[in-house]
Amino acid sequence: MADSIQRIPAEKFTFVQKDAVITDKKLDTKARSYMADALIRFRKNKSSVAAAFILLLLVLYAIIVPIVSPYSMDDKDPDKRYVSFPPFIKSIADENIGIFDGSTKITSINEQGYQRLIAIGKETGMEPIIKITEISTQEEIYRGKPREVQYYTMEANQYYMTGVVLRVLSFEEFEDIQKWQTENNIQVIYPWVEPSAIKNIEDPAIWYKVSDNKGTPDFDADGNFVPAYSTKKSLEGAPYDSLRIESDPGNYIYSIKKSGSVQVRLCYFNYTIYRTGHLPEHVFGVNSRCEDLATAIAIGARFSLLFAVAVSAINLTIGAIYGSIQGYYGGYIDLTMDRISDILSGLPFTVCVVLFQYHMAGTSFGVIGAFLLAFIVTGWIGMAALTRKQFYRFKSQEYILAARTLGASDRRLIFKHIFPNAIGTIITSVALVIPSVISSETSLTYLGIVNVSGVFGASLGDLMSNGQTYAQKSPWALFFPALYFSLLLICFNLFGNGLRDAFNPSTRGVED
Amino acid sequence: MGRYILQRVTLMLVTFFIITFICFALIRMLPLPAVQPGDPHQEVVLQRRELMGYNKPIIEQFGIFLKGLFTKWDWGVSDKLYMGQEVWSIFLGKLPPTMVTNLYSIIFAIPIGILLGIIAALRKNTWLDHFISTATMVCISVPSFVYASIVQHFLCFRWGWFPMVMATGTDLFTKEMFLSMVPAVLSLSFGVIAGFTRTTRAELTEVLTSEFMLLARTKGLTKMQATVRHALKNCMVVILPAIFGNFISIMSGSLIIEQIFSIPGVGKLYLSSINALDYPLFLLLSCFYLAIGLIAGIVVDVSYGFIDPRIRMGSRK
Repeated sequence: MADSIQRIPAEKFTFVQKDAVITDKKLDTKARSYMADALIRFRKNKSSVAAAFILLLLVLYAIIVPIVSPYSMDDKDPDKRYVSFPPFIKSIADENIGIFDGSTKITSINEQGYQRLIAIGKETGMEPIIKITEISTQEEIYRGKPREVQYYTMEANQYYMTGVVLRVLSFEEFEDIQKWQTENNIQVIYPWVEPSAIKNIEDPAIWYKVSDNKGTPDFDADGNFVPAYSTKKSLEGAPYDSLRIESDPGNYIYSIKKSGSVQVRLCYFNYTIYRTGHLPEHVFGVNSRCEDLATAIAIGARFSLLFAVAVSAINLTIGAIYGSIQGYYGGYIDLTMDRISDILSGLPFTVCVVLFQYHMAGTSFGVIGAFLLAFIVTGWIGMAALTRKQFYRFKSQEYILAARTLGASDRRLIFKHIFPNAIGTIITSVALVIPSVISSETSLTYLGIVNVSGVFGASLGDLMSNGQTYAQKSPWALFFPALYFSLLLICFNLFGNGLRDAFNPSTRGVED
Repeated sequence: MGRYILQRVTLMLVTFFIITFICFALIRMLPLPAVQPGDPHQEVVLQRRELMGYNKPIIEQFGIFLKGLFTKWDWGVSDKLYMGQEVWSIFLGKLPPTMVTNLYSIIFAIPIGILLGIIAALRKNTWLDHFISTATMVCISVPSFVYASIVQHFLCFRWGWFPMVMATGTDLFTKEMFLSMVPAVLSLSFGVIAGFTRTTRAELTEVLTSEFMLLARTKGLTKMQATVRHALKNCMVVILPAIFGNFISIMSGSLIIEQIFSIPGVGKLYLSSINALDYPLFLLLSCFYLAIGLIAGIVVDVSYGFIDPRIRMGSRK
């Protein structure tokens, strides 16, 4: 039979419909690809689009800020004076609109303290007092007699409040500052005040004559402070040839001797400008470790994002391979592998992280390596289950049978024919895995179980835990990291949900 | 059904045993804390270690551990945090504060969560639904320590309604104690409320659009009757197991919340045992958290079968 079929001569074949008119029309519309379709549906989901946009901004923030920021994690204020300082931007503070003005509430300031703050403003030209919110009068017994004492509650600029401080400088540095002063016309070094001239008060901010050792100012007839600057040439530490303050008649001394160096009174704000080359502005404030929060948040976010992406990529690969083998071969292989993942999935995550930290943090893996491995040990299971399900769905379809009949190998079937079908689902689930990784990673760094900031510079969890400890004194140190972190997670979740709905073929056309 | 439960329990025991062994081995392989020279307990500590079988193979050590466990329920003694005390009794002492705070929180949170879910489902696609769904989304996305910090900052510090941390004392049921627990309970509740709202809303919207609801309305039930008697009952298939799961988990304290509000509970003990490298305590608590996780999983799975006769757990095709 087969023989006779083969022997039919070619000329015996004729076309059935050679001259028939075909009335079918070619399709005018272009076929819409899966991706294009998903994109269209994603765009319809307004909240997801907004989330994607904010997410982009947050990621850009993490990438760009450490590059452009003048601060880094290693270079901190050496004197540790700018500790837990509020957000401050000079140009906005000058507008006096109540934000970024470096203000904190200070309470129980007595008359002397109040005069001291005014004097700081008079001397340095930077008014610390922003607003007096309350003046309360209290009766006190002073030397057996009752008297009224006033206490001030006010908003004051902490950066300006630091005022003039004492500092020991080497001769070279003293020279250098003088040169810088002349070039930039900014007064850093202020005339020396002998403690004996101000009733032996050890407070570098007091430059005016006082009547007692509490610091009550001795005003002149017009109610102005009377300068108590020293003019004793014999005390002078090094020659001074630079900017002099306005009221200087020319004989004030600007430094005193101090064993091989000089001691000076300098305006810390201006000194910081000299030292760093820029204004001491901190957009999000400073935390209790003298870290500029804006930079620290960005560096912490970099870690979280990089870490989450790395974890997801590794888990995706392992899970996809494991799930493919499980789903494709089925039977006993599936059962055995399923038991293994079942048992592993029982392992509590915290236990896993802690054991990895105990064992491997000290080895060449390092803290972050051990942390990463802990995420991988159980993290791939979800991905494997997802892939397995997709394989069960596709492996019995006709086109697979066709491919197998054509002699395709197992590997080719798995990776060329079945796996691409599962990719959409897997990729979209990654968009939801990333926020969950960020969330648990941050929880663990928050608890201090894993100390990432020692290696990477900063981590969001560590910043928030530090901020939480000092939340009463400096709420911004908690607020800004928490805000960034919350926005990041919310946007990631919204974006992931939108992506999942867009890529899910079963919702196709439902909203139309 | 009985067969299925038996199967699950057996599997659970196997899982528990294997993971316990892994944890045990990994902990025993860690370098031991050095004995302080001049420590009066030195002799006892060394002898105790000898008895525990250090410097024998791990398998043998595990055998000694299991023997002590089965014959005397001996989980070892703490060697760092509570020098020389039985870890089991330390653990039992820490259980009540955790259980009480968690219990308050789920008693408070579950009804609110379900209620919000019902409201959102019944008012689907109105501003109320959008508001509830967004709030749920936010609560689920943001980890508990963020809102715990917010709760502490505002309720305790700014407005001073509650003490900053939990009051000390042994009587857990005084008014003062209750007040000091409120911030922690609130912080624990957000996640639970959000979870239940989301589940209830998703389930109820699905049930409300199903055909038997139309039938119920057609046969003359009011919307209220149909919703309560038919829709809600069907929702419970998903909600009740979640409630059971929550009740099992009340014993495992939240590491973060207990740390922030200094609740002397299991979570805080766990965290301090991790930081202090107190291995016996860490092993016990790891096993405890493992067991709670496994049991809660089984209870949730099995209760599906009990609640909904349509679901036959473990049945073949």
